Amino acid sequence: MSNSGKAFSSSIGKKLVMGITGLFLILYLIIHCFLNSLIFVNDGGLTFNEGAHFMATNWLIRAMEVVLFLGFIVHIVQSARLTIENRAARPVKYAYNDGNANSKWYSRSMGLLGTILLIFLIVHLSNFWVVSRFTGIPTTDANGHDDLYAVMKLTFQNVWIVILYVLAMVSLAYHLLHGFPSAFQTMGWNHKKYTPIIKKVGFWYSIIIPLIFALMPIAVYAGLI
Amino acid sequence: MSTGNMNLTLKVWRQKNSKDQGRLVDYKVSDISPDMSFLEMFDVLNEQLISKGEEPIVFDHDCREGICGMCSMFINGRPHGPKQGITTCQLHMRSFKDGDTIVVEPWRAQAFPVIKDLSVDRSSFDRIIAAGGFISVNTGSAQDANNIPIPKQDADAAFEAAACIGCGACVATCKNASAMLFVSAKISQLAHLPQGQPERYRRVQSMVAQMDAEGFGNCTNTGACEAECPKGISLENIALMNRDYYSAKFLKEEEIH
Ligand code: SF4
Ligand code: FES
Repeated sequence: MSNSGKAFSSSIGKKLVMGITGLFLILYLIIHCFLNSLIFVNDGGLTFNEGAHFMATNWLIRAMEVVLFLGFIVHIVQSARLTIENRAARPVKYAYNDGNANSKWYSRSMGLLGTILLIFLIVHLSNFWVVSRFTGIPTTDANGHDDLYAVMKLTFQNVWIVILYVLAMVSLAYHLLHGFPSAFQTMGWNHKKYTPIIKKVGFWYSIIIPLIFALMPIAVYAGLI
Repeated sequence: MSTGNMNLTLKVWRQKNSKDQGRLVDYKVSDISPDMSFLEMFDVLNEQLISKGEEPIVFDHDCREGICGMCSMFINGRPHGPKQGITTCQLHMRSFKDGDTIVVEPWRAQAFPVIKDLSVDRSSFDRIIAAGGFISVNTGSAQDANNIPIPKQDADAAFEAAACIGCGACVATCKNASAMLFVSAKISQLAHLPQGQPERYRRVQSMVAQMDAEGFGNCTNTGACEAECPKGISLENIALMNRDYYSAKFLKEEEIH
């Protein structure tokens, strides 16, 4: 290896770290979305609690949880570092810059969208993760599992929480709209035939996953589940 | 040279030297012909300033036909002005309307310090080229053109990348002032050709290292560079550069730096 120690601190290496952690988080979202969708099963949350119980007790999942946290932390810390460096690369700003003429607003606002997501993440973790892992879930369901479903229904009675969640999912959609195809470009995969497919898959992924997530607090608040 | 009927207000960045703070100054120009190039309009303005005993505006230009890459100018928020695929010298006043106000600023980047007014120091690009944007061969009489067979797609890709004129519009428009498009074009034009292979992986590492050392920002794939490049250099070149960089760093054995 030719001095690859320096590889990750170079501009391209830093991009690679963002791309890989981003793709990892994208994969994670699929699993998270699938499991949470179990709340739509019409059985008073038994299936959902079953899934939550599995996630909380399976040792492999617990190990992955550590990796997941690392993925989030690296993605966030690296982006903060990149943002600071990129600001410094243009110390005097333009008096007038017509950014919309050549790029999408959300591509230029990944930092802002990411910050909204970070705030959401903190609230979200304290709503559910902290409760299920540390402070404890007060009730159990008919199967004797922790009733996370009840916690969720209670949490989403608060209209502000619902608004925050929905806003965050809109941010997530735009964050993914740029991040999904961008990760592939960073990995060096730009191909006349496959890039249009990646973009199409990325587009639908970015719409569908956040939409399903957003429907959860909305459905609960509207009394549909 | 008052041949037309356009009257314009210009807000032009004036800066005495690299230390000066600089500011936008308003100028009026009248009777501008729509057939003038943007630079010719600046010539008229400068004549006006000279005859009033004021200092003319310094701006870069050379060939005035879109091939040298010298002309710069960030016009109404975009490098080389409102049109796509052209340089400032190829921009004509018919792209504006009578009575318009036009803001003209220099390229802005840490790695492109302002020398004076609209002229910036782009020697950071030269240093990146010097770090590896070449092939090492003994000069002599040229060999026969068909001695080394090159597949047409590769030749085309190399030529497309070689169209880069080093103007720096990509850096100027990038929200991160990243030079990735320029550097990738210079890497790609050689990576596609047999003559570029011996130094291919050494080149990508040294040029990227030099790019980083010059203080350009990090690419976030917004694609603004590709949209504004007067020569249509594609983001595919950046992907190729990334691939070459990863294989150099993670797959190649030899000690390069
Ligand atoms: S890549 Fe395009 S915009 Fe950048 S320096 Fe080359 S010609 Fe100019
Ligand atoms: S002056 Fe040479 S490209 Fe414009």
